[in-house]
Amino acid sequence: MSDIPADLKYIASHEWVRVEGDGTVTVGVTDHAQDALGDVVYVELPEVDVVLSAGDEAGVVESVKAASDIYTPLSGTVIAVNSTLEDAPEQVNSDPYGEGWFFKLRLADAGELEELLDADGYADVCDADA
Amino acid sequence: MSSALKRTPLAAAHEAAGAKMVPFFGWEMPLHYGSQLEEHHAVRSAGGIFDVSHMTVVDISGPDATAFLQRLLTQDVATLAPGQASYGALLNEAGGVIDDLIAYRRAEGYRLIVNAATRDEDLAWLEAHRTGAVEITERAELAMLAVQGPQALERATAWLGAAAPALAALPAFAFMEDGDRFLARTGYTGEDGFEVVLPAAEAVDAWATLLAAGLAPAGLGARDTLRLEAGMNLYGQDMDQAVSPLEANMGWTVAWAPEDRAFLGREALAALKAEGVPTRQVGLRLEGKGVLRGGLEVFQEGPDGAWAPVGTLTSGAFSPTLKEGIGLARIKATVPKAAMLAVEMRGQYRRVLRCRPPFIKKRS
Repeated sequence: MSDIPADLKYIASHEWVRVEGDGTVTVGVTDHAQDALGDVVYVELPEVDVVLSAGDEAGVVESVKAASDIYTPLSGTVIAVNSTLEDAPEQVNSDPYGEGWFFKLRLADAGELEELLDADGYADVCDADA
Repeated sequence: MSSALKRTPLAAAHEAAGAKMVPFFGWEMPLHYGSQLEEHHAVRSAGGIFDVSHMTVVDISGPDATAFLQRLLTQDVATLAPGQASYGALLNEAGGVIDDLIAYRRAEGYRLIVNAATRDEDLAWLEAHRTGAVEITERAELAMLAVQGPQALERATAWLGAAAPALAALPAFAFMEDGDRFLARTGYTGEDGFEVVLPAAEAVDAWATLLAAGLAPAGLGARDTLRLEAGMNLYGQDMDQAVSPLEANMGWTVAWAPEDRAFLGREALAALKAEGVPTRQVGLRLEGKGVLRGGLEVFQEGPDGAWAPVGTLTSGAFSPTLKEGIGLARIKATVPKAAMLAVEMRGQYRRVLRCRPPFIKKRS
């Protein structure tokens, strides 16, 4: 059973969102996703200052198995990326909700948060995947 | 669904060790036991153990066994002394590779170890060409383990018992039989080590003893990246019935002498050799960060700066040892060695460097 923290929000394509409370969010991929991917060997991150719309491709995660696109769950401006993943992509596997984060966004529309899944909703998505 | 899959004698042991089990050509096999990368590094740095009991063991015996195999295999088994083995292939009449295999010459007869994926085709081909006094016996009751890595032999010393010094003294591709243990200095990782074929009833105990001796369990995932770094082909990806050994870096396995040895596929192969092969296999390394994948198209830069397709990656992976994308590709033989090559990844042409596998030097 994968770890789905109750204090995070999710989308069905297996990204998580941490609402920081200052108009910004942190985004990563879930424990379920990293487990399905297997060992992550390369991460391509968005550029800082780029403006994304919810659902846009924001990067790529390559595992020993396959390449997968990373989507931004929300619209906004990229204000930071986790450049430590360039040299230590395995953090996505070892700590998907911590050191394995991908990027931070300044939100364009906080109203979009309403559309995200909560932990229970995301657990149902994972169950349907299994 | 999984009930239709065959399980090796070690399937329960894999599950107990936390393996992710996956379907693999009719078998349920361990992909990894948590981290494919760690298993890869364990084999390169110390030693690992693979369950390869899915592989097909076929014993060939009878007075006409040598003549039979001389007709069927690219290698000339008559040059093998008892206790020696060699790598080669079964070819169809058109010179395409039906399978790659290792042939072991025993005191009496031969043992062939062939791929699980091609078991049915191989056995049908052997049977269809059987002539004279030849017996073909599949040994499905046997299990097989691969013990690989610079410390593989040392860590397996206690389990090997009295056979340990003799096995360690054997050169690559030699083998010995110790009671019902068939011990060969072969492998699919580019590392030192051995493979053992043994009765299924002894496999569980052997596995547990070797793990306790400090050998890491390793799955199919690590097996694939290890073999690719070592520049070894995977049947079905790097060659198949539509590809000749001359186009798959397997020309060295073909024994052309003696000239009157009429092995199946020889005529087609000789004609191909005379007229020149249309494609050849090369190694590719991706410049910069990223991963190469089998199936990617390979392009050559033309004088006008445009990219023209010249071939396809047959295998690709992230090399855990080199920490870069590596792959095997089949490209047009006319591509000059110095040509600028690229693959297209996510809409960008990414430079790849042509090289001669293996990607890593064997350390032993």
